[in-house]
Amino acid sequence: MKTKDNSNPNENSLQAAEYVEKPESQLKVMWETLRQNKAAVVGLIIIAFLVLIALTVWVSELMGKQILPYDPNYSDMSNAFTPPNSTHWFGTDQLGRDMFSRILDGTKISLFVGVAAVAISLTIGVILGAIAGYRGGKTDTIIMRVMDMMLAIPSILLAIAFMAALGKGLDKAIIAIGLVSIPEYARIVRGSILSVKENDFVQAAKVIGNKSSRIIYKHILPNVISVIVVRATLGISSAVLDTAALGFLGLGVQPPFAEWGDMLGRARGFIFTAPYTLIFPGIAITITVLAFNLLGDGLRDAIDPKSRIK
Amino acid sequence: MLKYIIKRILMLIPVLIGVSIIVFLIMRVFSPDPAPIVLGQHATQQTVEAWRQANGLNDPIYLQYFNYLKGALTGDLGTSYYTKTSVTKEIFTRFPATIELALVAIVLASLFGIIIGVISAVKKNSIFDNAGMLLALVGVSMPIFWLGILLIILFSGVLHWLPSNGRIDPLLQPIRVTGFYLVDSLITGNMDSFKDALRHIILPASALAMYSMAIITRMTRSSMLDTLQQDYIRTARAKGIDESRVIVRHALRNGLIPIITVIGLQLGSLLGGAVLTETVFSWPGIGAYTVACILKSDFPVVQGVVLLVATIFVLMNLLVDVIYGFLDPRIKYSKKEV
Amino acid sequence: MLLEVKNLSTEFKLKRGIVKAVDNISFTIDKGEILAIVGESGSGKSVTSLSIMGLLQKPGRIADGEILFKSQDLNKMSKKELKKIRGNNISMIFQEPMTSLNPVWRIKDQIMESIMTHMQISKKEALARTIEMLDTVGIPSAAQRANDFPHQMSGGMRQRVMTAMALACEPELLIADEPTTALDVTIQAQILELLYRMREKFNMAVLLITHDLGVVSEAADRVIVMYCGKIVEEADVRSLFERPLHPYTVGLLQSIPQIDDDSDERLYMIKGMVPNPLNMPSGCAFSDRCDHSMERCTKEIPELREMSGRKVRCFLYESESITCGGISATSPSVGAMEGGSAIK
Repeated sequence: MKTKDNSNPNENSLQAAEYVEKPESQLKVMWETLRQNKAAVVGLIIIAFLVLIALTVWVSELMGKQILPYDPNYSDMSNAFTPPNSTHWFGTDQLGRDMFSRILDGTKISLFVGVAAVAISLTIGVILGAIAGYRGGKTDTIIMRVMDMMLAIPSILLAIAFMAALGKGLDKAIIAIGLVSIPEYARIVRGSILSVKENDFVQAAKVIGNKSSRIIYKHILPNVISVIVVRATLGISSAVLDTAALGFLGLGVQPPFAEWGDMLGRARGFIFTAPYTLIFPGIAITITVLAFNLLGDGLRDAIDPKSRIK
Repeated sequence: MLKYIIKRILMLIPVLIGVSIIVFLIMRVFSPDPAPIVLGQHATQQTVEAWRQANGLNDPIYLQYFNYLKGALTGDLGTSYYTKTSVTKEIFTRFPATIELALVAIVLASLFGIIIGVISAVKKNSIFDNAGMLLALVGVSMPIFWLGILLIILFSGVLHWLPSNGRIDPLLQPIRVTGFYLVDSLITGNMDSFKDALRHIILPASALAMYSMAIITRMTRSSMLDTLQQDYIRTARAKGIDESRVIVRHALRNGLIPIITVIGLQLGSLLGGAVLTETVFSWPGIGAYTVACILKSDFPVVQGVVLLVATIFVLMNLLVDVIYGFLDPRIKYSKKEV
Repeated sequence: MLLEVKNLSTEFKLKRGIVKAVDNISFTIDKGEILAIVGESGSGKSVTSLSIMGLLQKPGRIADGEILFKSQDLNKMSKKELKKIRGNNISMIFQEPMTSLNPVWRIKDQIMESIMTHMQISKKEALARTIEMLDTVGIPSAAQRANDFPHQMSGGMRQRVMTAMALACEPELLIADEPTTALDVTIQAQILELLYRMREKFNMAVLLITHDLGVVSEAADRVIVMYCGKIVEEADVRSLFERPLHPYTVGLLQSIPQIDDDSDERLYMIKGMVPNPLNMPSGCAFSDRCDHSMERCTKEIPELREMSGRKVRCFLYESESITCGGISATSPSVGAMEGGSAIK
């Protein structure tokens, strides 16, 4: 007595095709969806622009050429605290250094620290998460409990503690920032692996007798890669924020190098006398972080069909 | 339920031991010798040796940790290398300031975050929604300390409306009851004191709240978009009740679980953010003090603070889980994996 | 006449174009009558019910027409006036009993909310009424079950609760949108029986939305068959089952499995699929699936014509009188079974 509606067969086979979709095409779909997301495209353009600035400054520095309007580290005390004008667009700081040149110069440090720190946490986090998720059992419990404990300590305090142990400096800051975000990657990778692990094709690979490392590499990682890409993009933005925070507290990059957080920390005493020295570095940080957040959000929407519908 | 809570509280013990080992490893094992930092470069070999002996730093590492743990179990967290005061007392003096700041911030963040998030979801794709989402995006992208600086420049520097540092005018300091100035001044009926404390807390709390507010706004919006699609919302509308009631009593009530989770997590991260906020606003709390102690290798204080913060973090998670039970009758604790 | 729908059109504005989900339909319901609207998903039957309730969500909107409830146009009413009628004079039960109740509210609170909104009575009286209603719809030990949360009840029980909620304010019109679809066959019969009983008890009219002709034959007085947003046939339930006119109705009836049928023939399926609403055939919407399609059918849209107390929208009946017999319901064309159909 039932005449139940039945969706058409072509649609069903389409859905089935989506399930066995290859990981490469998954990234492709992600890219296509991303391109239609205006906010993400804006983020991508800003990032491209920042990378261009950083590379130009870096390459010209290697070639010994001065491409910035002023030497970012040249101090001219007679010119200290010049408000923004036509020669010094962002004004000069307490040591008479050109803020505009320093901020452009700072781009390379922020991007470098951001990417390098994420590379560290990504590598260690993915390995730990993969082992925990794939092995399960006691290994899983031990790894994840340690991760939980790290998460119970505010990351900024943990990073500062690492800095205290390692000493000040750019390389140390990268390591400290990289170490504190390991748990997030480990958690995400473990979670994704647990959900992929039960999939038929992984089970099938096991039955055929593939080696574990091969299964992880060939079958599981390609499937969790989109999740990792999203997390890494958002991770860069928080790494940039953390770098700025450490710099602000005087623990990051040491003088005379220009780093946005450090610039803010050193200019803090002049908050009422020369507020402009505190405005521009902050804008630079915010724009950089914003760009990676835009891109990361866009990527997340692109891999999550549920949010795509919304 | 009670059994579940007790079980979870017992789980705290291994977490605290683990956290203490992490801090111990970083600060005692991998860090440089604190003696020259504490005693200064010019301290003689003898004083250094005597100091190390007095603070138990000459014992084997495992014994050092064991001794610390033994002390901690009896409530003795050691004494600061510098002030020679007990760590418990150091924490007790400064912690209320941080908690007060964090609580005001989380209240602001939740209040505005939920309101903006709900309206954004209801008026999806409207100008308000777009503005709200832009605010949330900028909120998560701005360094807390820079926002603090901007607030000081505007409200203290340009407008002269609010003070830029400290917790209260020292002359108006209320009698200590709870350590929370806002509460203490009210209890003792000292309205001048209350007003001054309020004026002092507005800027730092706003700066600290911004990030959490942005996160809560986003979560509220997406959770509300989800619940507003549900069949029971259509049922509620079909009953002919007011739309505002449909949104608050039906949709928001159901969407609260992810929102509460985020709020719980944020309260934990606020304690970290407090480190920076306290530095910017010279707020006499535990955050800025801890940073100073880490840099001065004052191990006992750092260890004590981190243990306290981790305890709060774990208890917050527990509280969130307990609140779940009240929010969602479908959740049963007995079956849930711990 | 309790409800009169006149030339109702409801549209959904999508990025790729406008979908006319309901296209110029008119019908009436009398007091105490059970009118069934039958059609596949996408035929516009549910949109019709939501239009009447004023519950259309964006991007849907009523483009044209009047919905007269006791001669008042619901479509022209303010939100406030409409709220007074909704849940009070007209109420609705939905297809998904599992998800249509608020999971975090107790049953009694959900029903009481409805009562307290529309009736000026105390909380205590509202609770008493709630328990009475739960009892009426056949929930055993209603006073205790009233304290349950939805997840503690079975699907059938939940649909009873939904019914109790809808009937709590003694509506004059109940719209039941696929009330039995999600339920087991035995529970289906119970819920239909309940609707029937409630109709008798409160003398209310029921607009029954369904895709299930079995449900129609059991419960309805009169039937409207909808296809692609249009009414294709309207008749009293007996005439429709004895002698369906429209080829679509014929197809629907033939695709019902007969328990006493022991022949080895496969069940009839209407060939083809429901057309894409953004790309409708230029003539009769059913023309590309119809076994009797003529050239004219692909070019012109037939009118809904009245003939001896019933209505049909098909060129087959354009010139002939009703006595000519139309098409036979007993000779399914076997060749039409292949190709996958929207109805099985």
